Amino acid sequence: MAILVEMPKLTDTMEEGVLRKWLVKEGDVVEPGKVIAEVETDKATMEMEAFDRGTILKLLVPEGTGVPPGGGIAILGKPGDDVTALLDRAGKKAEKAAPAKAAVSAAPVVAAAPARAPTGRIPASPLVRRLAREHGIDLQAVAGSGPGGRVIKRDVDPIIAGGGAALAVATITPLPVRPAAPLPPPSAGDVLVPLTPMRRTIARRLLESKQTIPHYYLEIEVDAEPLALFRSQANRDLGEGGAKLSVNDIVLKATAKALREVPQVNSSFREDGILRHGRVDVSMAVAIEDGLVTPVIRDADRKTLGQIAAEARDLALRAKDRKLRPEEMQNGTFSVSNLGMFGIERFAAVINPPEAAILAVGTIVPKPVLRGDLMVPGKTIVLTLSADHRVVDGATGARFLQVLKDLLEHPMRLVL
Amino acid sequence: MSRTLTYREAVREAMVEEMERDPNVFLIGEEVAQYNGAYKVSEGMLDKFGPQRVIDAPIVETGFTGLGVGAAMVGLRPIVEFMTWNFSFVAFDQIVSSAAKMRLMSGGQINVPITFRGPAGAAHMLAAQHSHAPESLYAHFPGLKVVVPATPADAKGLLKTAIRDDDPVLVMESEVMYSVIKGEVPDGEHLVPIGKADVKREGKDVTIVTYGKAVHTCLAAAKKLAAEGIEAEIVDLRSIRPMDSETVIASVVKTNRCVVVHEAWELCGVGAEVAARVQRDAFDHLDAPIERVSGRDVPMAYANSLEKVCIPDAARVIEAVKKVLYLS
Repeated sequence: MAILVEMPKLTDTMEEGVLRKWLVKEGDVVEPGKVIAEVETDKATMEMEAFDRGTILKLLVPEGTGVPPGGGIAILGKPGDDVTALLDRAGKKAEKAAPAKAAVSAAPVVAAAPARAPTGRIPASPLVRRLAREHGIDLQAVAGSGPGGRVIKRDVDPIIAGGGAALAVATITPLPVRPAAPLPPPSAGDVLVPLTPMRRTIARRLLESKQTIPHYYLEIEVDAEPLALFRSQANRDLGEGGAKLSVNDIVLKATAKALREVPQVNSSFREDGILRHGRVDVSMAVAIEDGLVTPVIRDADRKTLGQIAAEARDLALRAKDRKLRPEEMQNGTFSVSNLGMFGIERFAAVINPPEAAILAVGTIVPKPVLRGDLMVPGKTIVLTLSADHRVVDGATGARFLQVLKDLLEHPMRLVL
Repeated sequence: MSRTLTYREAVREAMVEEMERDPNVFLIGEEVAQYNGAYKVSEGMLDKFGPQRVIDAPIVETGFTGLGVGAAMVGLRPIVEFMTWNFSFVAFDQIVSSAAKMRLMSGGQINVPITFRGPAGAAHMLAAQHSHAPESLYAHFPGLKVVVPATPADAKGLLKTAIRDDDPVLVMESEVMYSVIKGEVPDGEHLVPIGKADVKREGKDVTIVTYGKAVHTCLAAAKKLAAEGIEAEIVDLRSIRPMDSETVIASVVKTNRCVVVHEAWELCGVGAEVAARVQRDAFDHLDAPIERVSGRDVPMAYANSLEKVCIPDAARVIEAVKKVLYLS
């Protein structure tokens, strides 16, 4: 009997997957485990495998199409199987999933869920609101089947049964701005770039961060002379074969060590308390072609500089190829963002929730410094900490930067 | 062990047992003695206890109710029978101004251990003046306790507890239930506490809060719903004041949906009180607005066909249940 191949839920936060590339065609025979398509999620482009054996009878969506999890994308079976019922089901599923898909992009929402009053507030039963809080469900993304589009228990039951965090974002979800009137069409010469899943995720998470986290900023200037000297010596001693240390690798290592010394910064705010993380997992922001990802170096405090350098290089390369697995980008405890390579001297970064702080690293700037009584040529680097004031008070953030500065100005301590 | 009794027999047994137990207990009301009770509830009691303790009163409710309150104030334990609760309105002042207030206004020196009882609600074609269900009216007054038993066991157990209570208790029975409702009553001393609801049927999908005669309407509705795969939990309040929120809330927390059913009118009715408590204490557990099924908001019709429309039936209960389940 023919079966419907559905868009898998490849990441916790995935609201739709874009079918980037079909790797099979109609008539191909597939075995379980065979890669049949490349799917772009909010986090990465991933390979999708067949779960069953059979012949691809029909590809239901063209390349480039966004499909919500559970939506049918192909029909698998034996040649000659009747697929009309499945085609019908796939159509219905797509319709049913449509409001959920539309909920993440601001403009079509009103059109896609006409039953729902366009007030911006999602009608939901009190029970559903509690369940959404407990399971981290974003009600924006749930189609309500009650009167007036009210979200009721039966609408969220499948999400909870499917592991809870399904359509989840962090506990508080700011509502995307809903225009009362349709958006104006682009003027001549303007280009409307469609939102990719990644762009939507960036938009949602950073908006959430800025709207819900009380950011404040601390800046410290570090004498970069010892750091630069240490780096050039290390790289010379490593010779041609080894992975070269970057400034960022050294900053990552120093940050991890400083987080261990000032653990208050290695925390997350939650409704029920402040979660002080036992591990130091440092996220590093990596710019990629049309967005940004934050792969995580796990247990960065316990790894050697060489290990961190090798891992950071591997993560960055695979990020650019979109080959990172979602779990490699999840559950960091602190982030480091570095724009030094672009000549940026200083900047303030947006916190990556649910982390409590992010470090922005500028470029090494040659400038005159005072040594004793003498003004001499020197090098400095500026570090800016953005911190969540609910978790990290000013004095704590300052102490963290002091520890970090001290480590970077005495880099030998990083290898001892 | 238990025996099957009619509702009428259960009420009678409660009175007889309490009168045997305590010589201070007596029964007064219209036609309770010579005629053996307008609805034969007190049948045989005159023969058993004599005219000193089973007393025929003239047709003056305000008089014999006042007599009862006075007797209670000096230490007797009267059972005042209203032929129906409709006639209690003539004695309203004795109940709400005297019986309900005496303990407070005497600074606790005088209590009023009296039981008022009789049938309430519509029977059959008794028309607008004789079909009142006044439980919410009396439950409104602090100082009164109001119970509305639905089964023979509860009728016996609650009435016995009422007679022993040191404050006024109003027991609302039903002409319709006297003969028709039969049920098991435990042998021996059987007391039911006032202020404790009882789950008459367990279910997981919806909580139906009800009491009195409507319990049977709801049980019939639940049976039909079960055939459709909907399991209704029926909470019989039994006591309107004090009201047992705990049992109701526990049930709603389980089912997430609540329907209140009573024969009395909706406005300021018991359903309003239940709904207020449920939304306050189980707000985060509600998946749908609370529905009420109650008597139509008109004086009771006399015509048989119209009376049927006024009184909640199983179909209306089913409709409300489907509404809170979003099935309609």
